[in-house]
Amino acid sequence: MLEAKNITFQIGNITLISGFSASFEPGKLHLIIGPNGAGKSTIIKILSRLLRPQTGQIEYEGVDISSASESDLAKRRAVLSQAIEIAFPLTVREVVMMGRYPHFGGHPGQIDENIVDELMDFFEVAEFSDRNYQTLSGGERQRVNFARVLSQLWRENSTLSHINSDTTQRCRYLFLDEPLTFLDIRHQIGFMKKVREFACAHDVVTVGVVHDLNLAARFSDRIVLINDGHVVANGTPTEVLTTDRIMEVFGITPTFVPIEKSAMHLIFE
Amino acid sequence: MIKQRETRLGVSLLLAFAALLVLGASIRFGAIDFSFTDIAEAIASIFPGHPEPTLNQRIFLELRVPRAILCLLVGASLGVGGTLMQALFRNPIVEPGLVGTSSGAAFGSALFFVLGSVLSLPTGVWALPLAACLGGILSTYLVFILARSREDGRASIVMLLLTGLAINALFMSAIGFLSYIARDPQARSITFWNLGTLSGASWTAVQIVAVSTIGGLFLALRYAKQLNALMIGEEEATYLGVNVKRLKWIILSINVVMVAVATAFTGVISFVGLIVPHILRMIGGADNRYLIIGSALMGATLLTLADLVARLALRPAELPIGIVTSAVGVPIFLLLLRRSRYIF
Repeated sequence: MLEAKNITFQIGNITLISGFSASFEPGKLHLIIGPNGAGKSTIIKILSRLLRPQTGQIEYEGVDISSASESDLAKRRAVLSQAIEIAFPLTVREVVMMGRYPHFGGHPGQIDENIVDELMDFFEVAEFSDRNYQTLSGGERQRVNFARVLSQLWRENSTLSHINSDTTQRCRYLFLDEPLTFLDIRHQIGFMKKVREFACAHDVVTVGVVHDLNLAARFSDRIVLINDGHVVANGTPTEVLTTDRIMEVFGITPTFVPIEKSAMHLIFE
Repeated sequence: MIKQRETRLGVSLLLAFAALLVLGASIRFGAIDFSFTDIAEAIASIFPGHPEPTLNQRIFLELRVPRAILCLLVGASLGVGGTLMQALFRNPIVEPGLVGTSSGAAFGSALFFVLGSVLSLPTGVWALPLAACLGGILSTYLVFILARSREDGRASIVMLLLTGLAINALFMSAIGFLSYIARDPQARSITFWNLGTLSGASWTAVQIVAVSTIGGLFLALRYAKQLNALMIGEEEATYLGVNVKRLKWIILSINVVMVAVATAFTGVISFVGLIVPHILRMIGGADNRYLIIGSALMGATLLTLADLVARLALRPAELPIGIVTSAVGVPIFLLLLRRSRYIF
């Protein structure tokens, strides 16, 4: 369970987040939506403790994380950011292995090697394991980074079908900051499916930011709609995504089109 | 992966062998050449029961050998310094000479020489390296403060290089002034500070530089993994559990101490720290553990080669070593600048 309690965050005199409160449950996929400049990325950075709010607190399983050590946090919290540039020639495998850094001291152990292999397979990047990251396309890079981020949270002796949940251990926290940038439509859908698969583990709290309202509606369990740094609505996609709210927040009128598989599809004039 | 691991091991072993080889050449050849028998006799003369060393043997023991070892140590320090700076700034065209560390250290030592004789400052063996470190910290700090953007606090590489240029010019002119008013013969030689030379090598210098080089090397290796994480960005490294602010200070301090202490005894030697990590990266990739070990060995080897050239080119006179490293380093630096793959 992840809880944000009355968060305020300012840079200089500008208030980016004001009075933000929300709780995020394990086993569910939470997506944050909102217009440009609403504070979505800032929220992700606060929830993952990259940024520290002026007031309020973030609790992981009821414990305030403001004084947790970086290395302890890194064992159970991972963040996928947008477009990662590397100025040096690293191989794909080396990049994925970085996800295991919080878990080993000097050299990677057999468990780390196995997890890296498994995730490179899962994200279909095993074939260019030895290639230089700099030579990959944007979409390929994003897959490599997702493999890296998940390897950070992966537990040994796992099989994908069970997504290695373990009720005796502490929760794991996965944050996704606009992960779909640079992915084509096929990879966007494939990516969201993989996120869903991981997010349904009982001990995984997943919070992401996406731009596409339809993808959010289709894949999320809960949507947090934010505007001007505060929560406008928080609930299931059908609860949150109403014509009035979308008009109010995005300033554009949607038309809801019922389609077979997912409940609803939004189109805009 | 396995192939790369073997490449790295092979490169490291090869470089270690090369370092030993050039060390051998470096103690043999120079203004006077020593044959293996000369060397054996000179070494034997240290031990009791042997005749007092002759003049040539004393040249060998008191000048040639410390110089060769100092050269290895300084080369290793500069190589590792370059690797650390490049990892820290996530940019392969940075080196200690370019961001002011070397000229600041040279200024600190020149100031010590000049003021030391006027104010009769304490002159223990550590006073000079300490002065060099303070100068190096001052100049490096100045470059970082001034190069930082007002908006996001990050130092762009263009700003860093331009600020480094200005600070280097400032400290070099200060050294020029000090050399002009100096009485101490070593400080009076402006070439010593500007172009670098190993002609002042002594066993004391070897001992001091050995401490900073070996200490710095092992400390740097402890942070190799964290430096690797830094390659994918400061935010990402934080997510991987690295305390980035702390890491930056530690790495900068290791770098300043290694480079400043070396500079105190040899003057400014540029471009070693730039080229060495770059060549290593082309062969075996960017893993920092490999780069730190490799750049120590390769820096030592290349600087010793440069010193051999400096000693043999105009024999029996000698060139300042900085001329040799610059002559090789500047074209490579320009070549790197023109390659578009690097982020500025």
